[in-house]
Amino acid sequence: MIYLELFIGFLKVGLFSFGGGYAAIPVIRDVINHYGWMNEDMLTYMIAVSESTPGPIMVNLATYAGSTQAGIIGAAVATFAVVLPAFIMIVVAVAIMEKFIDNDYVQAVLQGLIPCIAATIAATGIYSIINLCIVKNQKYMPDYKMMILTIILGTIYFGSRKFVKKGLSPIGLIALSAVVGAIFL
Amino acid sequence: MLELIELFLTFAKIGMFTFGGGYAMISIIDNICVEEKKWITEDEMMNITVISQSTPGPVAINCSTFVGYKRRGFIGAIFATVGVIVPSFIMIYLLSMFFSKFLELSWVSNAFSGIKIAVGILILDAGVKMLKQMEKNKMTIAIATISLILMVVSNVFVFNVSVTLLMALSSIFGLVMFIIKKHQKGM
Repeated sequence: MIYLELFIGFLKVGLFSFGGGYAAIPVIRDVINHYGWMNEDMLTYMIAVSESTPGPIMVNLATYAGSTQAGIIGAAVATFAVVLPAFIMIVVAVAIMEKFIDNDYVQAVLQGLIPCIAATIAATGIYSIINLCIVKNQKYMPDYKMMILTIILGTIYFGSRKFVKKGLSPIGLIALSAVVGAIFL
Repeated sequence: MLELIELFLTFAKIGMFTFGGGYAMISIIDNICVEEKKWITEDEMMNITVISQSTPGPVAINCSTFVGYKRRGFIGAIFATVGVIVPSFIMIYLLSMFFSKFLELSWVSNAFSGIKIAVGILILDAGVKMLKQMEKNKMTIAIATISLILMVVSNVFVFNVSVTLLMALSSIFGLVMFIIKKHQKGM
């Protein structure tokens, strides 16, 4: 039965996708190939589409695979399944966290974990900006147009906080960069 | 009931702007839930980020479940999580029907390329903010510096460093340092 397959397949994806995002792609590819829901070309294309539409990649892929396999109910079942493990995990984690957050050993682990995670996120930002400013498929050729737009948008975003009390909001920045992209790219 | 609806609508708005996987949304959630609505504190935001990273599932989902649960328990968690999913669900469902036509429009795909710049900036912002807020001592600064260099270098020169392994090692390191200190004090 297709609904059950979709449910089990995407439950697996949701369960084994630590850190979210790109780390989940190998698991998604494995499940999708196993059931034959999409061919490799379609999958690569969908990953590109997921990157440029709102929503986490694995949720988007679940919705898409569910929809093409079994209509809107299939989409709902697959999306529900992919989110379920994360949902349960967080509810349990909060309950545990409240009890143990003041524990010395938990604090010791956090002392090691927090700088690692903060640095990982900052690094992701740095290299996604670097990747954007390099011409694709040509090694280390700078893309000047993207570079200039990145510098301008970055200056506006970080600079606006210095002059205006709240500055440009993250959502404002996304809207602005969409307009800038549509006009100048 | 009112707050449940507010949770749903707020996270639907957040969900509409979650481009590129989820790190960028840390900045958005921080801006809305901490600064604007004051639903959670900066410290709690840091905890959410850490929990999201160490549990399965996209950061976006983890964050919304966490904030919803903090505000209104289990029901709140459901409202916030469904809220964050709804926009992308509708969008992808529609895309699956009219798929290729939409992205063939060049201004649409150019707008999306523009958004990628914003995503990079927002991710950097989230990381820098967290680095500023963390407790600073020799150990935390060392871990942050090593992780940052490893992650950037590995990505520019295309070799693989497992984030999960890095996180596990950092945790163990934190724990070992604590135990060593405790022993020194004990003697």
